[in-house]
Amino acid sequence: MAKTEIRVGGLGGQGVILCASIIGKCASIYEGKHATLIQAFGPEARGSACSAQVTVSEDEIGYPYVKNPDILVLMSQDAYTQFIPQLKPGGLVLYEEELVSIDGKLPKGAKAVGIPATRFAEELGRRLVLNIVMVGFFAGATNLVSWESVEKAVKSSVPKGTEDLNLKALKKGYDYGKEQAGN
Amino acid sequence: MQADPKGVLTGIHFMDGDHAACEGALAAGCRFVAGYPITPSTEIVERFAARIPTVGGVFIQMEDELAASIAIQGGAWGGKKVMSVSSGPGISLMMEHLGYAFITETPSVWVNVQRGGPSTGLPTQPAQADMMQAKWGSHGDFEVIALAPNSPQECFDLMITAFNLTETWRVPVMFMMDEVVGHMTERVEIPPPEKIEVVDRKWTTKKPGEYKPFETTPEDPVPFMTKAGDGHRIHVTGLTHDERGYPAMTVPAQDKLVKRLVYKIRDNADKIVDVREDGVEGADVIVVSYGITSRVAMAAVEQARAKGIKVGHLRMVICWPFPAKRIKELAKKVKAFVVPEINLGQMVLEVERHVAGVAKVLHVGHAGGTVHEPDVILEKIMEAVR
Repeated sequence: MAKTEIRVGGLGGQGVILCASIIGKCASIYEGKHATLIQAFGPEARGSACSAQVTVSEDEIGYPYVKNPDILVLMSQDAYTQFIPQLKPGGLVLYEEELVSIDGKLPKGAKAVGIPATRFAEELGRRLVLNIVMVGFFAGATNLVSWESVEKAVKSSVPKGTEDLNLKALKKGYDYGKEQAGN
Repeated sequence: MQADPKGVLTGIHFMDGDHAACEGALAAGCRFVAGYPITPSTEIVERFAARIPTVGGVFIQMEDELAASIAIQGGAWGGKKVMSVSSGPGISLMMEHLGYAFITETPSVWVNVQRGGPSTGLPTQPAQADMMQAKWGSHGDFEVIALAPNSPQECFDLMITAFNLTETWRVPVMFMMDEVVGHMTERVEIPPPEKIEVVDRKWTTKKPGEYKPFETTPEDPVPFMTKAGDGHRIHVTGLTHDERGYPAMTVPAQDKLVKRLVYKIRDNADKIVDVREDGVEGADVIVVSYGITSRVAMAAVEQARAKGIKVGHLRMVICWPFPAKRIKELAKKVKAFVVPEINLGQMVLEVERHVAGVAKVLHVGHAGGTVHEPDVILEKIMEAVR
């Protein structure tokens, strides 16, 4: 794996940026790879479109933007509509299955794997941890980062006192990802 | 001397360039910032305002950029290491007071997180179109120092260099970031304080009555400084002044002062210039770049090499003073220089001036709003070897 380009998309308030940030942090700090995060910067607010780009690479990263992602992490239908045309052939779509329906064609060889992440988060007691469920799902389904690394990245990124809940959310997503992707 | 541990957030972080620049300033010993928030630089002052109460220092949000850019100079003469932070429109407002810092030789770091211009332009998108403003934006003769980081790590590392340079040479230092570098998040390693070398102010050891605030020698063109309250009677003015700091509006006084302001940098350019070279020896073409564009250029250079083209890369970490001597040397050895930058022709003028027709110079301009596509730079490299 030389370089993996990821786009995370959803709505403001879902924790899209933190989700992308934990993936980048995990790869760069705990896995010793290079990672660059670029977040959509504009007049975004809660409920409006929000996205982030993460490049993970064994080598130094020159061009910082993600134009054609290998992996899409989608948490809203708008994000699906906007980013699906950019997905590389053979790419992977990880989506919140109660918020996104795959209603069109995927690029050649691309695969889509869904998770009811919001429902899982609600079952854990707080809908807010949806993004951490998605981080776990990402790690489990892609194997791009190890469990140990992603666990550390989440611990060091969430507010003090919420570690237990967030780690439960992470594990839930991780196990589901492994199962669904057959890893 | 070593960094004050209070300002150093030792550790490995996943941090954006704006925050890293703030941490660099704190590590360098900056203890006074006056600013007026503006996108895409706001996160720098936002973080400074949050961090400074625990470190020991002051942040003031001023009424505008004019006030901010003169308040920091009061802070410097009060004895602190100082910085102001802005972007295009705010930097334009600061230009008069930047000149005041040149003539009063006030150590100060001026951060410009460049966005698309002119005027309000593209507040949330990048450009590198203020490079000539940094050099010529304020009126009168002076020589500036300007750095161009290309990553969050460099926002930290080079910010310390910026503070060390402003204290060493007593010239305002421009820190030329851009929106992408400011908002991009990457791994940033902050070393322990004992591994960070910081330059202290050049304090006078002379007693009151013996000390002249702008006295220099032929060997050392940088005067010693004092601070308000230390007992020295000093006068600091934007008028042309003598060694005592009093107005001296004569032709000889102007000649003596302004030549010293200019030549303390020009004569020492070799000590200040910082370029990073990759494969320039034996190259047919050299790409000259700086800031965020140097990363995109690196991608293009690698693609060109894969096609068998002998291409080197010279990256200006410090753009002003310009690496004139090195460009002149290399001009004799190569067919062409390719200069990508997110503006429609600024640093390329300086490359052309020093290459002086000895080799071709091809510009790869961009009006701003995003970075170049590596392919565009690659095409120009191909054109250059034809």
